[in-house]
Amino acid sequence: MDSILSNAKLEPVWHTNNKIIFLLASLALFLIIFPLFGPSSFYLHLMIMIFMYAVMAQSWNIIAGLSGQISLGHAVFFGIGAYTSSFLFVEYGITPWIGIFIGMIFSALVAVLIGIPMLRLSGHYFAIATLLIGISFQLVFQRWELVGAASGLWIPLTEGSSWFAFQFHDSKAPYYYIFLIFFILTFLFAWRLSRSKIGFRLRAVRDDYQAASSLGINVAKYKIIAFAISAIVMAPMGSLFAQYILIVDPDRMFSIEISIIVLLMTVLGGIGNIWGPLIGVAILIPVSEYSRMYLGGTGGAVDQIFYGLILMLICIFRPAGLISFFPKHILERKKQR
Amino acid sequence: MKILSIENLSKSFGGIKANHDISFDINEGEILGIIGPNGAGKSTLFDLITGYTKADAGKIIFNNKNILGLRPDKISNLGIGRTFQKLKPFADQTLLENVMIGSFLKESNIKKARDKALEIIDFVDLIEKRHHFAGELSTGQRKRLELARAMAIEPKLLLMDEVTGGVDQKTVPGLVELIKKLKASGITIVTIEHNINIIMEISDNILALDQGQNIAFGKAKEIQNNQKVIDSYLGSVDVA
Repeated sequence: MDSILSNAKLEPVWHTNNKIIFLLASLALFLIIFPLFGPSSFYLHLMIMIFMYAVMAQSWNIIAGLSGQISLGHAVFFGIGAYTSSFLFVEYGITPWIGIFIGMIFSALVAVLIGIPMLRLSGHYFAIATLLIGISFQLVFQRWELVGAASGLWIPLTEGSSWFAFQFHDSKAPYYYIFLIFFILTFLFAWRLSRSKIGFRLRAVRDDYQAASSLGINVAKYKIIAFAISAIVMAPMGSLFAQYILIVDPDRMFSIEISIIVLLMTVLGGIGNIWGPLIGVAILIPVSEYSRMYLGGTGGAVDQIFYGLILMLICIFRPAGLISFFPKHILERKKQR
Repeated sequence: MKILSIENLSKSFGGIKANHDISFDINEGEILGIIGPNGAGKSTLFDLITGYTKADAGKIIFNNKNILGLRPDKISNLGIGRTFQKLKPFADQTLLENVMIGSFLKESNIKKARDKALEIIDFVDLIEKRHHFAGELSTGQRKRLELARAMAIEPKLLLMDEVTGGVDQKTVPGLVELIKKLKASGITIVTIEHNINIIMEISDNILALDQGQNIAFGKAKEIQNNQKVIDSYLGSVDVA
């Protein structure tokens, strides 16, 4: 038995799958050189949307997948990020690069402030509370004159492209690379988080809060930590998207559709696994964008019908999401027998 | 030397007195067995000591500090570990990950926390199952997992709620040996048991509860011959 223990201690804490690492490195390399192939503006836009929603879904995955709290109001943090950087630029000329980080701080503060009173809630009650908070934020911003009320803020156009103003009028490639950097950083962060002491403790809170507290884990504190981390990840996407479309308004930025779509994407791909959101996004965003391209406007709501259909199928046949088609040990942990 | 003193502890749920005026002491390194029929208030007593339920009155003195009213995580941090009657493994995580969550209380370094968890898993004889998901383990193995997880927080006092309950007869002797090993390692133990033979074998003292009240406290022989205990719990069972 002692030799088994000695051998076990010699094992690396985390088993690395070289094939997976090679695959991911190849994917990253392909994404880096993709614009060099001269893709059309549509394909760059498609990839930008994939990167953006992948980060947003990862943010939702942190709160739902790691700590087990279902948020239906995550657009709040997207909106705060968008409004913070845009307002600081429009009113004070502060570069959006700084605004992004201030937006992250504001989002974290809001997450803590709304997280504390909701600590006693869990399950459906927590979800409903976040839904109502999301709607409340939208209503407040629709009436808040300082930030343009219902018409929102229009970000003044610069003459030509400007890194300071975060505006690129000639090509979508700079936006592509900026979103790509955030996408890669977010996934590295989520991967690191899931393997950290905080990640372990959040999963314990998710699986059984009573057992978690018997191991010295302050459940309330860790729920708030998860909420704040999730908000910090979500906020930059609001800032970047605002700079991408150069307008922020409450209907778009605090839309309940955002909160629901990130949920759908994560559920489709698989909650609780860092790759789940990416799989969900890689399927749903192309469907959405292609239906818009071929059917015009909002895509004739074909994407919404598809979302509903696929969600029903997943719930019935694959509740753990598409990620469950992959063997568990390949994706996260090595299981030895 | 006393490690835990319960003084006049009471808890009612509506009109039901789950625990009424309970008092007893435990010395360091001892095993205290708690017996009583279903509904006697045994698990409620554990919930009161570990902060999962708030007491109506009384004191819980652990290492000279009144811990009444503290949150469960604070109590764990002070050195009281527990297992649950209804098992609570983190089912989607491996045995090793389950125990590592406990060892993170005292060790932040992930490699050291992993190594400590491995030693504890070896102690409970599950080292070969370390990479199995908790949900795949047998009931007996999950009982060991819960013990390992509770040990990982390095408790001075360990509360075990029916460790041998719900497992097959072949598994019981191994669990009893494990309890003895735990005692030998210096941990003070309070255990709830329905198997009267086991409780008589392993306990230094026994507390008998009935309808929320302390009806007897003493050595195994004294409890065996106590008329109140015989009437309420032992009946005519021939104890070994």
